[in-house]
Amino acid sequence: MDDTVILRVENIVKTIGGQRILDDVSLSVKKGRLKVLIGPSGAGKSTLLSCINFLSPPDSGTISLDGRPVNGKSRKELLALRQQVGMIFQDFNLFDHLTAMENVRVALIKVKGLDKRAATNRAMEELARVGLADKPSLYPAQLSGGQKQRVSVARALAMDPKVLLLDEPTSALDPELIGEVLTVIRDLADEGMTMVMATHQISFSASLADEFLFMEKGRIVERGTPAVLLARDSGSRTQSFCAKLNELAGDAAVCEIAS
Amino acid sequence: MEGFISAAQAAWDALPYILGGLWWTAGLILGAMAVGLVFGVPLAVAHVYGGAFSRRFVAGYVWLFRGVPILVQLYLFYFGIMAYLSEIPALAFLPLSSGFFSAVVVLGLTSAAYQSQIFRGAIRSLPAGQLRAARALGMSDATAIRAVILPQALRLSIPAWSNEYSILLKDSALAFTIGVLEVMSRTRSVAATTHQPLPLSLLAGALFFFLTWAGIKVLKRLEAKVRIPGYAHQGTL
Repeated sequence: MDDTVILRVENIVKTIGGQRILDDVSLSVKKGRLKVLIGPSGAGKSTLLSCINFLSPPDSGTISLDGRPVNGKSRKELLALRQQVGMIFQDFNLFDHLTAMENVRVALIKVKGLDKRAATNRAMEELARVGLADKPSLYPAQLSGGQKQRVSVARALAMDPKVLLLDEPTSALDPELIGEVLTVIRDLADEGMTMVMATHQISFSASLADEFLFMEKGRIVERGTPAVLLARDSGSRTQSFCAKLNELAGDAAVCEIAS
Repeated sequence: MEGFISAAQAAWDALPYILGGLWWTAGLILGAMAVGLVFGVPLAVAHVYGGAFSRRFVAGYVWLFRGVPILVQLYLFYFGIMAYLSEIPALAFLPLSSGFFSAVVVLGLTSAAYQSQIFRGAIRSLPAGQLRAARALGMSDATAIRAVILPQALRLSIPAWSNEYSILLKDSALAFTIGVLEVMSRTRSVAATTHQPLPLSLLAGALFFFLTWAGIKVLKRLEAKVRIPGYAHQGTL
């Protein structure tokens, strides 16, 4: 496997309203790998993801893409960074006034400067990739949650991102719609997309992730391979968190603990 | 009976002349709506996304134009500011001595103050995720506002915009004070010569009512035309 580090996050600190949301967080992601952020709500997973593309700029610390540190004060560098780092939101954030195809196409035209025709072709390709080739002219309000999330994946992929950030991509979905989105994510992982994902879908991501990062109170308190952290006798925070999620979910166990 | 016939006769005789005023009235309203839109949108954007200075500027602008009666503004512009500007050779291409021009400017700038607040409310009502998603794709704020925020905010603004239309329609009657030959000024002059103020005022009222009805109808049609399929928000008029 390729061992190039694509994304490096070093010593990120972020304070919001006097409260330290991220406290000296570091991680690095190698090409084609999936890192999974786990942890209770309020641990700082979403904030960490939005610090990576400066949607909420870190107070201090460094983000490097392809070995080059990003200067967050330069507008040009910021816009360039965001073009190369795709983001998937928990609540989709599709542009409500545009059709599925137009949602995927708009940044190709407005940001990458493609002509309409080329952009349309590319948008259709990406929709086909997420299994929505037959729904290009539907508006977000006419799509199910799972379809919306797949359009938003297509929208991010159309920009040819080097890294994809996924912020709890299935948390806002009805249970029966989660599967179609997870399938798309699995395909991406198989194709070698580099990703950082915050999720509660622990058993799903255990099979794909090369590392779990367990966050609590703005820090990464545990990191390791899913097999090690989820082992029944590991005594890890990840394992006990996982057990607690299972308890809440009842029969529909969200994570299997390796015995 | 005789009185009624002569009153109806006076209204009938004056009809073509007063109908001619409809063009001027319609011109005032459309011109003012357009000026209000052109200035109102950037004012709203500056109010929502601008820094402390631009927010204060917009607040001051809105306060000023909402606070000064239109009649006072018409006098100020027509007899004051426009007369002064007309001495600047570089502005000779503008019809500065025309009452119609002054009235469109005054009604338009006032409407811009009101329209900016309509647009501001619409922009604020959009979910914050829209701008975040646009930024995450690498759009600059200017591009995001043009491609994502305004197309949605302007749609949401149409119902309130219809309201602004009917307010402008009524305010436009004030333009008679600076000699614009719109419906009201023609009504007044005919009423003065025929001594039939009642039927002529009724006629003018009917014409204004017709314009309101027609304008709202057009705007409703526009709203339906640009409506986003499946989107729950639907304006009420």
